[in-house]
Amino acid sequence: MSNKVIYAIYNDDDILMDAVKQTRAAHHHIEEVFTPFPVHGLDKAMGLAPTRLAICSFIYGCIGISFATWMMNYIMIQDWPQDIGGKPSFSYIENMPAFVPIMFEMTVFFAAHLMVITFYMRSRLWPFKQAENPDVRTTDDHFLMEVAVHNNEEELVSFFKSTGAVEVKVIEKH
Amino acid sequence: MYTFSSKLKSFSIILMALGLLGIGYGFFTAPKNIQEVEKILASESHGEHGEVKHEVTTDGAEAHELVASHKGVKESAETTEPNMVEESHDEVKGAVAATETHEGVVSHDQVKEAAEHEEHLTHVLHQLQNKPWAALYVACIFFMLITMGVLAFYAIQQVAQAGWSPVLFRVMQGITAYLPYGSVIFFIILILCGLHFNHLFIWLDPEVVAHDELIATKSGYLNFPFWIARAAIFLIGWNLYRYYSAKNCLAQDESNDDSFYKKNFNISAGFLVFFIVTESIMSWDWIMSIDPHWFSTLFGWYVLASFFVSGITMIAMVTVYLKSRGYLEHVNTSHIHDLAKFMFGFSIFWTYLWFSQFMLIWYANIPEEITYFITRIELYNLPFFGAVVMNFVFPILILINTDFKRITWILVMAGVVILAGHYIDFFNMIMPGTVGDRWFIGISEIASVLFFLGLFIFVVFTALAKSPLLPRRNPYIEESKHFHY
Repeated sequence: MSNKVIYAIYNDDDILMDAVKQTRAAHHHIEEVFTPFPVHGLDKAMGLAPTRLAICSFIYGCIGISFATWMMNYIMIQDWPQDIGGKPSFSYIENMPAFVPIMFEMTVFFAAHLMVITFYMRSRLWPFKQAENPDVRTTDDHFLMEVAVHNNEEELVSFFKSTGAVEVKVIEKH
Repeated sequence: MYTFSSKLKSFSIILMALGLLGIGYGFFTAPKNIQEVEKILASESHGEHGEVKHEVTTDGAEAHELVASHKGVKESAETTEPNMVEESHDEVKGAVAATETHEGVVSHDQVKEAAEHEEHLTHVLHQLQNKPWAALYVACIFFMLITMGVLAFYAIQQVAQAGWSPVLFRVMQGITAYLPYGSVIFFIILILCGLHFNHLFIWLDPEVVAHDELIATKSGYLNFPFWIARAAIFLIGWNLYRYYSAKNCLAQDESNDDSFYKKNFNISAGFLVFFIVTESIMSWDWIMSIDPHWFSTLFGWYVLASFFVSGITMIAMVTVYLKSRGYLEHVNTSHIHDLAKFMFGFSIFWTYLWFSQFMLIWYANIPEEITYFITRIELYNLPFFGAVVMNFVFPILILINTDFKRITWILVMAGVVILAGHYIDFFNMIMPGTVGDRWFIGISEIASVLFFLGLFIFVVFTALAKSPLLPRRNPYIEESKHFHY
């Protein structure tokens, strides 16, 4: 079985959006779409599931605030409760206002950084990563839709020609 | 066009009637003289106040010490609230240790103690007499400032040329229609304060000022004619903007060009400058001067944040109500979502200012500033920290979710909690300086809220029924109709 795919190339995001909708309506499975900039509503048109990054971030924030609370409770209250300038260090709650700035910053720090790292992991981005764009023009001014071919090459080529593609290529993928 | 449903109309009238009855009851049951106060205190004799009196009559020596310490406490607590002195008075009894006794002056001290007791009774009398007034004052300023929050939000939307909000302009104008009524009632209450019908503002009492150097040095600013003139200017300024802005918005509907829109843009920008200056002064005059020994520089912002978020919440509540009745055809969940985001964001902004004010004073712990928070933490513990839970913890957990911001019942629930929380916030700002430890959310307080809520509903929905709910020729109205997030 061959690994043939179709590269349908467009030069306008509106035409691309229409093409995506038509392709979905014709029940061709879209492997991937490459665009030089975010196209509003493309994920919805493709039927992609919504991201769960925000939920991750909320959990990371909870971890951050827990860590800050634990850390300062241990250092300032449990381990060595010194009298520093008359601040009450008998219990955490008594001295809590002084800890809030750190608790806040740690929450934000954990939420932000861990979310970004999660994003990198999930989208497989790192330094020295091999770039994956199938056509250099997709980073500048062209849009590319990739659809797998299942012994229906002729039909697909004519279908994408009719959706306003400026170029339709059939590629053997390794 | 919206028609004021007869059900809602009778509901608002019932609220007003119930409120009036309760307010009247509050004033009727307030004690008239110190004999009644003595009776009230005697009926609480299982509590602290009765014990104090008992000790005074039986043990002269101890009474002497009590007086001495009481005097000492009084001097050290010169900068505190009057009610703080009373607190200390009660605590002194337990804390005193026998150090010196002058048998010879016992009778003299007993006379002195009798005078102290009289003073204490007068003090409690003032607090109890203040209670219905303070309840009325809190509810009145709360609803009036909600409309100011809406008005400020509306002006910002005009100046920012927001593309999403023009479909809500008529809702905002409807809510601000309460402003003239609210300001008239509020102004009357201020005048009554000046005519010594109550002791809400102790600096208005020449007897107090004469014996209080701190207040006396502030009398260049805190004097009745200047104070009431400022109030008049602020209220007139705000009402003028509201009147002309609504008028121009209606005129724009019938116009052939955008001249009225541009006019509104200009007066809104001017109003915002006027507003931020007057808002700051307003917060000193009407709220901070209740505790005339205390001052805080970010207080104006703090008050602004409190009523601004309440105003936005009120817009969301009225919008959701009108939408559920099928009157706001072009308002979709994206508009509601935007309002919910503002509710969320400004709840956090309020908390930021609340905490900044609290933490800076707590951290430095300077005696003349910290008394403000000691009063609140010791006497108002639940309302003081409860307000933070209602205005911060609840909204941040419930409104952080994008989907929840579009669900009506969640939004209504969050809105009710936020509005109640900010009422308590104003309660916390005003009550400790007026009624001290005599606070209670009882008939007076609830009735005052019901009355102003009824009036608010009546005026706002009457105003909403007077003009079409969709501005026709606003340059951004098409964008707003198709707003989608």
